[in-house]
Amino acid sequence: MSPESHQLDPHQWVKAHADYLYAFAIKRISDTELARDLVQETFLAALEKVDNFQGKSSERTWLTAILKNKIIDVYRKKSSGLNKEVQQAEHEQDDFFGDDGHWNSKYAPSTFGIEHIDPLVNKEFNSILQKCMQKLPALWMAVFTMKHMDDEETTTICSELKVSQANFWVIIHRTKLNLRACLQKNWI
Amino acid sequence: MEPLKKIIYNCKQATFLIEKKMIGRITFREHIELRIHLFGCSVCTLYGQQSRVIHTMVLQLFRSSQPEQIRLDDNFKEELQDRIEAELNK
Repeated sequence: MSPESHQLDPHQWVKAHADYLYAFAIKRISDTELARDLVQETFLAALEKVDNFQGKSSERTWLTAILKNKIIDVYRKKSSGLNKEVQQAEHEQDDFFGDDGHWNSKYAPSTFGIEHIDPLVNKEFNSILQKCMQKLPALWMAVFTMKHMDDEETTTICSELKVSQANFWVIIHRTKLNLRACLQKNWI
Repeated sequence: MEPLKKIIYNCKQATFLIEKKMIGRITFREHIELRIHLFGCSVCTLYGQQSRVIHTMVLQLFRSSQPEQIRLDDNFKEELQDRIEAELNK
């Protein structure tokens, strides 16, 4: 065995990684019940794959990769067949721009105080932003999370979530339009 | 000249390019078109400014270290390890 080679010790898995994996899942799906289930499923799936472990990555990295795939499965399930949700969100933006592509004055961005704040110190803003994100359609949130939280390649996101490149950019644009409007509406 | 004219007067397209440029790549031509649009459009300039702040906040929110208080309860963990042991002994 080379010194760089990692080993698995399932007897210590829960103690060593359960809380980490749980927090990892919570951040990406915001559903405590589901996150618990995913942690459990991750360990059980890992046990079946123990023989495939080659020791190239650490135990935690390996387990996290398994969990990540399970989270993507959840994203896919959540966003499949929910076209209504996306349609609804798209519909809300119908009036943002006129037929000529100009901002409609009612929805046009106006100064509301975030332009010059320091994002690193403003905590109030975070809770409003989180609430706005919770209202996004599942597919948009999945795309947005994969891109911004895990910095995944666009092509990876497209193939995992089965969206075209063109649609990917439309989703990114629409998500941001939605969040900006939501913030302007709820920021006092 | 047609597409250029289109973007110069099109805020929907301009905001699309602002977003694409922020996390991906836009072509040289799109870059020029966007500059021209923003030169004459204060609303989209403001949009870009706000969008940048939101982007920073999203990154900060997403990538901040994981809160310590997020923990599984001990009973669940105990049962989980028991289940793993059971699987190992199969």
